Amino acid sequence: MIDLGKYAATVWLAYGVGLALLAGLIWQTVAANARARRALEEHDKNG
Amino acid sequence: MSIWEYANPTKFMRTTDGLLPWLVAGAAVCCVGGLVWGFLTPQDFRQGSTVKIVFLHVPAAMMAINIWVMMLVASLIWIIRRHHVSALAAKAAAPIGAVMTLIALATGAIWGQPMWGTWWEWDPRLTSFLILFLFYVGYIALWSAVEDPDSAADLTGVLCLVGSVFALLSRYAVLFWNQGLHQGASLSVAPGERMSAVYRYPLYLSMLGFMLLFLALVLIRTRTEIRRRRLAALQAREMRA
Repeated sequence: MIDLGKYAATVWLAYGVGLALLAGLIWQTVAANARARRALEEHDKNG
Repeated sequence: MSIWEYANPTKFMRTTDGLLPWLVAGAAVCCVGGLVWGFLTPQDFRQGSTVKIVFLHVPAAMMAINIWVMMLVASLIWIIRRHHVSALAAKAAAPIGAVMTLIALATGAIWGQPMWGTWWEWDPRLTSFLILFLFYVGYIALWSAVEDPDSAADLTGVLCLVGSVFALLSRYAVLFWNQGLHQGASLSVAPGERMSAVYRYPLYLSMLGFMLLFLALVLIRTRTEIRRRRLAALQAREMRA
């Protein structure tokens, strides 16, 4: 285990917030793309 | 072959289809590699373990400014040549830029609390970054507020031109004013100010990862916008028929 010393909480908080924001952005991007693709496919299928 | 061929949505979709898996793989390898490598670096003699925050903070701050510059170029292409894909690419980039700015602001505040003794200071760079974030939010809101897509692209293009002043100010604020708390460039090449190789190489890798991640995300989001636009056009055609 890495010893982060007296600033462990600071480092974990920074990485937690940063990575959570990145994960949220990636999830929203992929989900919106899948929704748009599905909507277009359904429209094409229904003529 | 001309670069303007990619302004054709069909050509854009076909090209990015083959490119995206490589970009996603490259972004994953470089981001994970850079951040893990950075996390495993030794503690700094002054900053202690908080130095590890730099591997997240610096690439995010770099991208916050670069994404606005990319939006500026795409907006100018729209304003001058009326290529729809460029307007959609600018629209697609804005939420990524907003998140990058937010990461830079949040990680900077978390780092600043133990190092500067405060979460926030009205320092030139911090303040210009906050204004840049507000410009991103305003840009996204303006796209949502205007119904006609061409008018929205025109108006947001003008907003992007105005906001570029703050993007440049964010980049060079530490050089314009010396009274701020924020230190100079992290990757200075001046003798005696150069970052140690122990930190520099993982930082380069992390920065490359953030650039590739942005490219992958902006292509996916532009593809989403093209699909939405196509669906709206098909539905409008059916309504008229």
